[in-house]
Amino acid sequence: MMLGLGSVGLVLLSLAVQSGHGAQDSAVWSREETTERNYYTRYHNMSEITAWMEQMKRENPDVVSSMVYGQTYERRNITLLKIGLSSTGRKKAIWMDCGIHAREWIAPAFCQYFVKEILRTYKTDTKVNEMMKNLDFYITPVLNVDGYIYSWHNESTRLWRKSRSPGTGGCTCYGTDLNRNFYANWGMVGVSTDCCNLFYCGTKALSESEAWAVTDMLGKMREDILAFLTIHSYGQQLLVPYGHPNISAPNHDELMEVGLGAAKAIKAVHRMDYTVGTSPDILYPFSGSSQDFGRLIGIPLSFTFELRDKGKHGFELPEDQIQPTCEEAYAGAHHIITYAHDKVFYSYAATVTATLWTTLLAAWVSSAILL
Amino acid sequence: MDWTLLILLVVPTLVHGNSTVTVRTGSGPPVGSDQHPNSVPLSEDTQTTTEVREVVVEEVMTTGVLNPSHYPARRAATVVQHYLNTRYGSPYRWIFLSKVHSGSAEDVAEMRKYQLELTMQETISNVSGQCSAELLFPGGEGQSAPQVQASCEGLLQSNTTAQEEAFYQQHRASNNMVSGTDIPDSYGHMEPNMKPFWHLGGVASSFIMLRESNESTLYNMAQVANFTQLETEKDQLRFNYHVLLHEMISQEIIHWKLLVTWSPEQGVKVLQSELQPKCHDCEAPPNTTN
Repeated sequence: MMLGLGSVGLVLLSLAVQSGHGAQDSAVWSREETTERNYYTRYHNMSEITAWMEQMKRENPDVVSSMVYGQTYERRNITLLKIGLSSTGRKKAIWMDCGIHAREWIAPAFCQYFVKEILRTYKTDTKVNEMMKNLDFYITPVLNVDGYIYSWHNESTRLWRKSRSPGTGGCTCYGTDLNRNFYANWGMVGVSTDCCNLFYCGTKALSESEAWAVTDMLGKMREDILAFLTIHSYGQQLLVPYGHPNISAPNHDELMEVGLGAAKAIKAVHRMDYTVGTSPDILYPFSGSSQDFGRLIGIPLSFTFELRDKGKHGFELPEDQIQPTCEEAYAGAHHIITYAHDKVFYSYAATVTATLWTTLLAAWVSSAILL
Repeated sequence: MDWTLLILLVVPTLVHGNSTVTVRTGSGPPVGSDQHPNSVPLSEDTQTTTEVREVVVEEVMTTGVLNPSHYPARRAATVVQHYLNTRYGSPYRWIFLSKVHSGSAEDVAEMRKYQLELTMQETISNVSGQCSAELLFPGGEGQSAPQVQASCEGLLQSNTTAQEEAFYQQHRASNNMVSGTDIPDSYGHMEPNMKPFWHLGGVASSFIMLRESNESTLYNMAQVANFTQLETEKDQLRFNYHVLLHEMISQEIIHWKLLVTWSPEQGVKVLQSELQPKCHDCEAPPNTTN
């Protein structure tokens, strides 16, 4: 135990010294990795992503498992990858979901990149390794599976946004905006009751099975989740809760500080500017979002990422920008996750307890020697 | 030994006085996080709560000094971007907003007046320039376009004359009318020879985006659905364009058909524009999205 306590101090020291985060490691690429490298510079359809999830499990059976946690309207599985070093106790968690809006293809691409990156670096990067020990990453590469598949159908469906549930009550359009359907000030602002509208919030909160699936999972895990990241495009922004203009998160200052730190980390990669703020401040007000729901049930660090670009390509971001976008977003996500992790695992309480025990033990040893 | 123990206990407590690992933000841009009008003071107990603190605040009027990160400045700055493209854009010159430095807004009679300091970037040459701009959004019932004045330094440095001239000559007397579809395609890809037509579509769209803009819109061109070259008339290259505009605040994809002309001397002109109706009842309609 004394060794354990001593090592806490050593790890603290090494944390202060260490600055690398593994995102830009220039590893020597083997032939296998080269193929993988090309893989992560292309967009992939749903069946490719499903096959890829199986491959991640196969290649990393000790750390990767999958969970089907819901069904879409069209009865497809909603699947997440659970990634972490196994432990006997209950672990803290990080939640990340991508592709809640179908046309934002760079988002699922980022989820895939993120998984690839933590699997690539956890054995060699001490920080990633530590976080893999203490945390489980729950990553949903595509949440709006129906919508994503529809956006791959042909050029004319490429810019689909919502789910694919049919309208009701005589309204003949399709789809609910999943990011307006959560039980978080549902229906209050930034929504429409017209099922043809792109902000249609559904007949009621959680009318959509996709939103229900996330809500169900988060409800089961809520005490354990340290950070909630939901990935979108475009606009180059990091949004903090809440989407309602008159409601502030109790830790707003902390969220802004961490967000600004993440934006700084992003900018250090490829000099891209990401704006940080609440949605009512920097974008537009809206309620019923997954991010708001995450914050409301008590997840302290809840962020929406709006990835590249700022409008030149918009949703149709060229594939040669996938890699740099993912690299910078990884740096931003890593910043937030590290903060969330360190806040729990290097807290004041832990430090004082460790110090107390060390000194008590030292006192006991010295008194034993004196006697 | 008692005193020793006490000192040993007290000293570490004093050293580790700060409760949480703080994140240094260093020299990031000031975004007024300290002055957030809706913020609730952070309680001493940094434990998170599930409680929502309702802060009843008067609606923040976007008058006076604007926060450069906030949406009013960004939307107005994008209008300036559209304006600059209508004035200076070409198949080899396409301008985008890079950064908002500062701005202010005020009510002037029935109208809303903005003043902005911006960095704009010409996206083909990557040359940036500083711009000062003034906009007037008309108030009242009429749907008239905003009025913009802008002066920029250094933005138009790139010499596009040779490329424009070559492009003009290549297509002017052409017996092969050029056309294209889905620029960029679903993967963000386009053939290199389509790029100038993409730029031209973006510049032509700027006329519409400028005209349609107000304080509640943020327009970008999402895609050139298709374009077809028509016979050259009066020394102007002529094209039919079908463009998809993305309006961010409604998230709508809006279809426009444009009759576009261009020459190096006359610049880009939009002779006709026609809004295409949105198809509500179609399940998988061609060229429309719901």
